[in-house]
Amino acid sequence: MKHESIETNAGLLIVLTLIVISIGGLVEIVPLYFIDSTIEEVKVEGKDTIRPYTPLELRGRDIYQREGCYLCHSQMIRPFRDEKLRYGHYSLAAESKFDHPFQWGSKRTGPDLARVGKKYSNEWHVQHLTAPRSVVKESIMPNYPWLSRNSLQYKDIQDRMRALKMVGVPYSETKAEYEANVKRFGEDVAKNLDIINAEKNLLAQAESGNYDGKPEKLSEMDAVVAYLQVLGTMVDFSKFDEGHFAKFR
Amino acid sequence: MMSSEKSKSTVQTTGHSWDGDLQEFNNPLPNWWLWTFYATVVFAIVYWILYPAWPIGKDYTKGVMNEITYTTADGKTVTTHWNTRALLLKDMQQAREAQQQYLKDINASSYEQIRNDEEKSAFAYSMAKVLFADNCAACHQAGGNGKIGFYPNLLDDAWLWGGSFEKIQETITNGRHGAMPSFKGRLSEEQISDVAEYVLSLSGNEMDTAAVKRGRKVFTTDGGCTACHGADAKGQIFMGSANLTDKIWTIADVPGAESAADKKSAVMQVVTNGKQRTMPAWKGRLSDTEIKILTFYVHQLGSGK
Ligand code: HEC
Ligand code: HEC
Ligand code: HEC
Repeated sequence: MKHESIETNAGLLIVLTLIVISIGGLVEIVPLYFIDSTIEEVKVEGKDTIRPYTPLELRGRDIYQREGCYLCHSQMIRPFRDEKLRYGHYSLAAESKFDHPFQWGSKRTGPDLARVGKKYSNEWHVQHLTAPRSVVKESIMPNYPWLSRNSLQYKDIQDRMRALKMVGVPYSETKAEYEANVKRFGEDVAKNLDIINAEKNLLAQAESGNYDGKPEKLSEMDAVVAYLQVLGTMVDFSKFDEGHFAKFR
Repeated sequence: MMSSEKSKSTVQTTGHSWDGDLQEFNNPLPNWWLWTFYATVVFAIVYWILYPAWPIGKDYTKGVMNEITYTTADGKTVTTHWNTRALLLKDMQQAREAQQQYLKDINASSYEQIRNDEEKSAFAYSMAKVLFADNCAACHQAGGNGKIGFYPNLLDDAWLWGGSFEKIQETITNGRHGAMPSFKGRLSEEQISDVAEYVLSLSGNEMDTAAVKRGRKVFTTDGGCTACHGADAKGQIFMGSANLTDKIWTIADVPGAESAADKKSAVMQVVTNGKQRTMPAWKGRLSDTEIKILTFYVHQLGSGK
């Protein structure tokens, strides 16, 4: 192809430019899909301990995205000493393998939330989300009072799970898929990953967890708090040597 | 555009032309630019050799002559190729070594020994302040004064779960769940009103004598309050039931009440609605040493017992 024909043809020039500048990105990204240690294997007693979200947690995650919490909060603890001291163990790639899209973020107006699960009580989260300044005087986080007022919509929960299944999250629909999950995650977890029983499971978790402190109402608050309370809690790091996860890099 | 004079004599053109007379010069790159470019190429090659760089199938080159040796907290020494996670472990090791003398001292000392040693307690204080701000202040507030009705004040001398070093350490390690039941429906409105009169009388408030007398009966029999708060109403630390005889309130906002009627309604509200609240467990999230340092700090805050 002659130089001149590229330079005098804007369409062709754009296409070829795009190809050239994407090479740098592709060379860096594509191999990661093939390298074995990109995503750490995290097994305790033969079972994967990192699991997809339960239906209730999944709804909480959707609301987290709807409200734009990620604009102020990252979910990625980097391997630095100051971050370890403040937030805990650095995040593993495996911990966001079922997140589509992941919530790593890069903007920290508020603290990182990757390990906020179990750090506070449910009551604290409800109070804090409703009126942050009632617990943290100098907070600049917005109030989210409607989370308690809005009833949780969950009729489309099966569709939401199917959509994620299409991009590789192992929610089960068939008996064989369910059996595979039992083998991979254990029976208790597998039950919650079953699409057919999603509504029933969602209601059961909300009832037993009573996240918003109001058992009579299933609100968006229930889902958001259930989601926040599971963040960063799936890996029990006491089960692994301190240097174990450094081997994957 | 440069003068056409120059274009003819010194600089070549690419030979392309547009609209008849628009030409493109082919100026040589300045030398400083060219050599900087060559330098970046050399840098990249050196980097590829020293650091993890090239993918090969399912693995990648790990870099040579650039190993990291670190020692973990439990004393294992590991040598590995350069990576940021190992770098963190090395960093943690160096920090541990720098603080080692103090940390060893803290771990080996009893709480009394820390309290009586100026250097040790100064170290514990400075570390505890940061830990408290990161982990506890969201509930107990930055100064530890808490929020009445929600999170207990750690500065005062009253302890729901005990103020000894051992008890505070237990509280922080395993967490606590405070459960005052709701008496809505179990006691009538009048009974709750009476028992509130009685409860307030215990801490020296002037109340209606007849109501107090009726209230005492509710407290000891119908309400069964003594089962948890004790016959003397001083509370029991094994279940965190509040002492009702001191002037310190943790849930009912009696100090904030303006009138006698407000005080009573604050107590009635607690008895009517009950209160459930949770202090999270910190085992696993904080190390044993960190919990020890916080225990010392909280104990000193509240002039613990
Ligand atoms: C305008 C920025 C902003 C937005 C948007 C925001 N936050 Fe925050 N958030 C903060 C700041 C600042 C803090 C620290 C002060 C505080 O605790 O309130 C914080 C603190 C928190 C904490 C406590 C973290 C810790 O470890 O102490 C949680 C949990 C939290 N936010 C959740 C949320 C959720 C859920 C949403 C979305 C519904 C959200 N935030 C939206 C700014 C924001
Ligand atoms: C989610 C909010 C929350 C956080 C965070 C929290 N606490 Fe608490 N804490 C509570 C509540 C609620 C209680 C009262 C429990 C009860 O009702 O019996 C409590 C009780 C205590 C007590 C017992 C007080 C007494 O009177 O016996 C101590 C000590 C204490 N907390 C220390 C800490 C320390 C140290 C931290 C930080 C590592 C911390 N707390 C973090 C909510 C919290
Ligand atoms: C099952 C045990 C239990 C019974 C029965 C019980 N209480 Fe309590 N009560 C508690 C506990 C535990 C607390 C502290 C809760 C906390 O700190 O979260 C408490 C707190 C209180 C408080 C708040 C004290 C303060 O400092 O603000 C009042 C008032 C009170 N109880 C009154 C009563 C009365 C009156 C009755 C009987 C009608 C009663 N309680 C029965 C366990 C009990």
